[in-house]
Amino acid sequence: MLTLYARRRLINWLSLGISVLAMAFGLFWLGWILFTLLQHGIPGLSVAVFTQITPPPGSAGGLVNAIAGSLMMTALGTLIGTPIGILAGTYLAEFGQRGWLAPVTRFINDVLLSAPSIIIGLFVYTVYVIKVKHFSGWAGAFALAILVIPIVIRTTENMLRLVPNSLREAAAALGAPQWKIISSVTLRAARAGILTGVMLAIARISGETAPLLFTSLNNQFWSSNMNQPMANLPVVIFQFAMSPYVDWQELAWAGALLITFSVLTLNIMARVLFRQQASSH
Amino acid sequence: MPTFLRYARLKLQNWPDILFRSITRLSAFSVLVLLLAIIVSLVIGSMPAIKAFGFGFLSSTEWDPVTDQFGALVPIVGTLVTSGIALLIAVPVSFGIALFLTELSPRWLRRPLGIAVELLAGIPSIIYGMWGLFVFAPLFGEHIEPWINDNIGVIPVIGPFFSGPPMGIGVLTAGIILAIMVIPFIASVMRDVFEVVPALLKESAYGLGATTWEVMWNVVLPYTKIGVVGGIMLGLGRALGETMAVTFVIGNAHSLNASLLMPGNSISSALANEFNEAVGELYTSALIELGLILFFITFVVLTIARFMLYKLSKREGKVT
Repeated sequence: MLTLYARRRLINWLSLGISVLAMAFGLFWLGWILFTLLQHGIPGLSVAVFTQITPPPGSAGGLVNAIAGSLMMTALGTLIGTPIGILAGTYLAEFGQRGWLAPVTRFINDVLLSAPSIIIGLFVYTVYVIKVKHFSGWAGAFALAILVIPIVIRTTENMLRLVPNSLREAAAALGAPQWKIISSVTLRAARAGILTGVMLAIARISGETAPLLFTSLNNQFWSSNMNQPMANLPVVIFQFAMSPYVDWQELAWAGALLITFSVLTLNIMARVLFRQQASSH
Repeated sequence: MPTFLRYARLKLQNWPDILFRSITRLSAFSVLVLLLAIIVSLVIGSMPAIKAFGFGFLSSTEWDPVTDQFGALVPIVGTLVTSGIALLIAVPVSFGIALFLTELSPRWLRRPLGIAVELLAGIPSIIYGMWGLFVFAPLFGEHIEPWINDNIGVIPVIGPFFSGPPMGIGVLTAGIILAIMVIPFIASVMRDVFEVVPALLKESAYGLGATTWEVMWNVVLPYTKIGVVGGIMLGLGRALGETMAVTFVIGNAHSLNASLLMPGNSISSALANEFNEAVGELYTSALIELGLILFFITFVVLTIARFMLYKLSKREGKVT
């Protein structure tokens, strides 16, 4: 029999070992997935990917219409969602001390933050796509905007709360009206943090597939008309990967590589930016 | 300047303030409107199906677009079972990762490892799906599922859950991939709540001679249990609504099987696969009702999660 002391040490030793294994387990998947992406994606990458449109099965082509569509819808979604998010976040941080609206909004926003994105697609489908009777780039951009709003609200509020109150008081003592205090002192001081939030939001929506399935759908051809169905990388990847054609699957891997690396780059950039902001305070 | 003029000027300076405040309040209000609009539009969209099937929709396993007979039991069970498998795997692993990051890791390694875990959360779900379908599922079907069949499939009570053709895709595969996806979410919430524990408490325990594990299990975990459960629920919310990763590997079969190795269906993958091909009002409406059910389930789970996390953050910094 082990003594009590030895047994406690053994349990401690075992559980810490398991914890190290758990960490390795998490990193293992990250490494494996990234390795697979590089392994299958790099052979598929070529100049044609960036210059030619999505091909019918069996012929050569690229992803340029999907890349352009993704960029357009992501940009528009961000442009629509960001101002609403920043304003609402400002309300929560600056005016939200009293009343019922702020706590309720905060709660609902946190729920929306992790609500399934496919539901957002379904929502835009029922209120917009059915009414205009066709899938469109606008519908996709709206769905993405709805995903952007909660993320920007959360980071804006958090970042504004980090701004020291003495800054607000100093501006108020100079006689500045409240809108001026907020717009040229507090929002400005929290600028980098808010930008981080926007970048994280862009990273999140540029990989989203589910909400685009029912809204922008897909388009085999080059189209920059936002009122038409629009090609986009995630949906093209989905269709091509699920198809039995090898050349389509190859393009899907190339697209997957592109999307993952832009999303991860955005993520890392956002963190670096935030770190600089945090250390300058 | 006479007093009334000064007041008039002050009033004049006041209106941009009121305007600004109203605009921000309106934006905040729009979030509430958004939630209401989502609920109302889904309810209206699913009205035909609700009228046609009533509560029977929830318990029927039928799914036949040809005869317009729809029931939601298969996808609901699929969603719950895959999420359940995901949590069974993800919770212990996330706990280990959080323990490693807060107590064991050398200081210089914490940041890079933390970022690595968050990158795992940043990978788009469609990538998990592709990787699952092309890389993980074949390996799983070839090497692991036969083993499961031979070793776990023969145990009397739980055997039937683990025997079936080793196809690679199926409910179990979907659950495992979901687990990999939610590990980073649960782990980072756990890490955050573990850091809330006052150093005083931990130091007292160490001072009495407790081991790292005993401090973790008897001091940190009881102190943060509400937050930990909140984090788990948050991960559950993610898993329930996850679409693309599941759609690739679950097999999309509208059948109810005891075996986890058989293909199944989940609410979100049924939506992703069938919505655009759905013809007829009733078919579309049944799918929208599936979406409404999913929204309802995740809403309840996420509300509980947030409620618990708020409760913990209220206690933050208070030495009890």
